[in-house]
Amino acid sequence: MRRRGPTLAQQEARAGLALLSPTLVVVLVMVVVPILWTIVIAFQDLRLRNLRTRLFDFQLTLDNFETVLTSPGFLDALKVTLIYSIAGTVLSIGLGLVAALVVRKPFKGRTLVRASMLLPYVAPVVAVTFVWQIMLNPELGIINAIGADFLGWDERIPFLEQQTGTISILGLDLGVPTALIVVILYQAWRYFPFSFLFILARLQALPGELDEAARVDGATPLQRFWRITLPQLQGVIALLTVLRFIWTFNEFDDIYLLTQGGAGTEVVSVRVFRYLTGRGDIGAAAALSLVLAVLLAGLLFLYFRFFVGRVDEADAI
Amino acid sequence: MSRTDLDTGVAERPQAPKAAARPSRPRPPLSRELVETRILGVLKWITIAFFVIATVFPFYYMVMLSVRAIEDVALDPGALWPPRGVSVAAFGEVLRSVDDGGQGFLVFLRNSAVISVSSVVVTLGVSILGAYAIARLEFFGRRQVHFLFLAVYLFPAILLAIPLFVFFTRIGLRGSLFGLVLVYTSQIVPVTIHMLRNYFETVPESLEEAAALDGASRLTIIRKVSLPLAMPAIVATSLFVFMIAWNEFLFALLFLVESRQNWTVSLGLSQLAGSIEVSKTTLMAGSVILTLPIIVLFFATERLLVEGLTSGAEKG
Repeated sequence: MRRRGPTLAQQEARAGLALLSPTLVVVLVMVVVPILWTIVIAFQDLRLRNLRTRLFDFQLTLDNFETVLTSPGFLDALKVTLIYSIAGTVLSIGLGLVAALVVRKPFKGRTLVRASMLLPYVAPVVAVTFVWQIMLNPELGIINAIGADFLGWDERIPFLEQQTGTISILGLDLGVPTALIVVILYQAWRYFPFSFLFILARLQALPGELDEAARVDGATPLQRFWRITLPQLQGVIALLTVLRFIWTFNEFDDIYLLTQGGAGTEVVSVRVFRYLTGRGDIGAAAALSLVLAVLLAGLLFLYFRFFVGRVDEADAI
Repeated sequence: MSRTDLDTGVAERPQAPKAAARPSRPRPPLSRELVETRILGVLKWITIAFFVIATVFPFYYMVMLSVRAIEDVALDPGALWPPRGVSVAAFGEVLRSVDDGGQGFLVFLRNSAVISVSSVVVTLGVSILGAYAIARLEFFGRRQVHFLFLAVYLFPAILLAIPLFVFFTRIGLRGSLFGLVLVYTSQIVPVTIHMLRNYFETVPESLEEAAALDGASRLTIIRKVSLPLAMPAIVATSLFVFMIAWNEFLFALLFLVESRQNWTVSLGLSQLAGSIEVSKTTLMAGSVILTLPIIVLFFATERLLVEGLTSGAEKG
């Protein structure tokens, strides 16, 4: 029957689309349409309590944007988001690189070491944030206990509730954003395994000849790392930088669970959540989340334009 | 760890920092090479120890607190070992149903299991077909489709959450497990397609062509030839989906918070933290219950999972 029908190429194209259609439907209905819909909602006066009557009221307005952009704390949240994303990205990739380098060569127990280094990443976010909360707790936590018993801390530090602490260096009192630093360290701890995994995979696929040749020529281990190994990791590190930055910039769970956005750690996505559930202001939440997405797109554009210089990095995904 | 005797290498440090490494020399002095190798050799083990402690200790601490009484923790917060014996009372409290004065985590465990397994089934069903099409068949928009899927990850989950929240509220699916499975599927499908596609591309095409010559239809080929060959990737992908669905928090919070009988373990635990009468040790028992299935699954399948996740990453 099917022999004298359409050509083989046409058949193949048809089969391809047919097999892909469930995916397309799911992604269209659950992702693409919602994104477009968010844009509409951002211009509507939509609240949780008038959802039934106002959903299809298409009187578009810019009020939501005015609300979220001029509300007190917006610029602070933006600043915190940027600091958190940049520091979190750099630290998590740096730690991942170091971890990958030390387990690069086989040794006894390496599989176990590698597996345990992945634990923070695979464990449920709710559980690990709670453990951190209790470890950092002023009364019950082990960090403060160690600090008091061994490091001579005079008073207990409420790491996750303290917006600004002071440390004295050479008689100078410096103000440090305690909670923000802790949240960034947490971010580095939880997400370095992701970079570790990908850098390690790349390291183990590197051809050994270059390194061997440099060794024969008398290059020391550090020289070989800077001149031979690191340049070959450039591609994967650039890719990780983009991915980690995007994910950290959009991060919600970890900060919300650790501090509820208090003590100077309120990032923009936590604010979006507050608009949505606290005030039930769906329109404002949508407007702010759009602002977040546009900012991210702008930053990525700048990154590719000025730091990478070529867009073909995206092909590496 | 027994390498600390190599510390003597440090004493040689002042010697000839710049003299090494000129290819013109027939035999470069080994001193700097030796010093660096020794120092790095020691540093390497210190670093490994640091990483292992930093990653494992919080989990050990979690288990340790879950078997201690809260008064005991308040007395001796710095203890590294339960000083006054072990008690599993907190686990009983967490797992018992609400009617028996517990927190009802058994029900939450069942909900999490149902959601995670359903997400695996639906996601795999959808993405095996899609990944096969992208890997094997030539059709219009093949490359672009792949890119479009990955673009999903540019948008914050909280952005998608808003319209989905509105939509599910309107059609009455908010609070149902089924709605959540659909959301998870849509969020994970782009990654699973990517993972499976990479694997399908490594399966030799000649095998499928042979089956096609024997008159097998496209779906038969996928079922009888491609799928069995791609089994490692499929298992790895399933585990990946299971873990994501089990651990997920934001959508569970937004959609299920008002229907307690449908809470997942993650959501139940986070809601537990809000009430004052629940002690921190009970909270840790809940955390252990939430984490244990994932850790067991992970250690049982670590190699498979890592290979599945990073396949294709070697290309850089």
